Amino acid sequence: MNFLLINFFLISILLITTFFIFKSTSLIGIVALTGAFTLVCAAIYVNLDAVDVAFTEAAVGSGISTILMVMAVAKLPEGKIKPLVNLFPSLIISVCIVIILMVIISNLPLLGDPNAPIHLHVTPEYIKESESFFHIPNVVTNILASYRGFDTLGETIVIFTAGLGVIALLTGNTLNRKTKFTKKLKK
Amino acid sequence: MTDFLYFWNHFAFILLMVGGLFIIITSQNYIKKIVGLAIFQTSVFVFFVSLAKIIDGTAPILMKVEAIYSNPLPHVLILTAIVVGVATSALGLALVLQIYKNYNTIEEKEIEAEELKSER
Repeated sequence: MNFLLINFFLISILLITTFFIFKSTSLIGIVALTGAFTLVCAAIYVNLDAVDVAFTEAAVGSGISTILMVMAVAKLPEGKIKPLVNLFPSLIISVCIVIILMVIISNLPLLGDPNAPIHLHVTPEYIKESESFFHIPNVVTNILASYRGFDTLGETIVIFTAGLGVIALLTGNTLNRKTKFTKKLKK
Repeated sequence: MTDFLYFWNHFAFILLMVGGLFIIITSQNYIKKIVGLAIFQTSVFVFFVSLAKIIDGTAPILMKVEAIYSNPLPHVLILTAIVVGVATSALGLALVLQIYKNYNTIEEKEIEAEELKSER
């Protein structure tokens, strides 16, 4: 029961933070709220037994992501964000999506149901056998590095590509719009 | 009342997801759009992790005594997804800086106006 109440409280904070991000008009305020948002997420993951995920979210999501955003905002000018656009059509789209997802989600098993299909297949073997194979008590590590090692390798390649992209965009000799425009004029 | 508490995670997932989408569509500022994308991703993470939870279970780190463990498989998927999400937003921020260098603004409407001006 305690678990459910803490869960309710933390997720309500998440929703309120989202509302204030939506309303906020200053860039640095949005970045600070995003940092708070991810930190509350880490607390939710601890409450839901996902300690490894909470660790990663606190370090990468709340730490590195916020630092990157602050670095980007520092290079941009201060000033108020312009008002919102397309309010009415996006409201219609949002309501449609909410209705569709509500229909789907009403068929899902409730939170913490031990007989849900996700808990019956594959996972019992992982929990039973992984320690005798790899001699590491943490099952998440066993799956991440051993059973699904190629998955993690692919993830590393994705991060490497993204890093290359960031370096190419920030330091490389990228195409400048003005030079392209003047070339067009000369023709 | 307790039924509502059990259902709250799923319901909040929908609200967060739609809220993120709403921020992406309605805001003109590109930094705010990237934040909306991050909220959209985080909603899916919270949903996956709450699917893995078992009531009265503990974290999937094996102990000497018998215990119920929560499902570790969604945790692994979300571990991968969090890091990829940060890589995505880093790339987006680099693009925003490059846009600012070329257009001197990061508001969508102003960039459109400038494009129209330069085409004429």
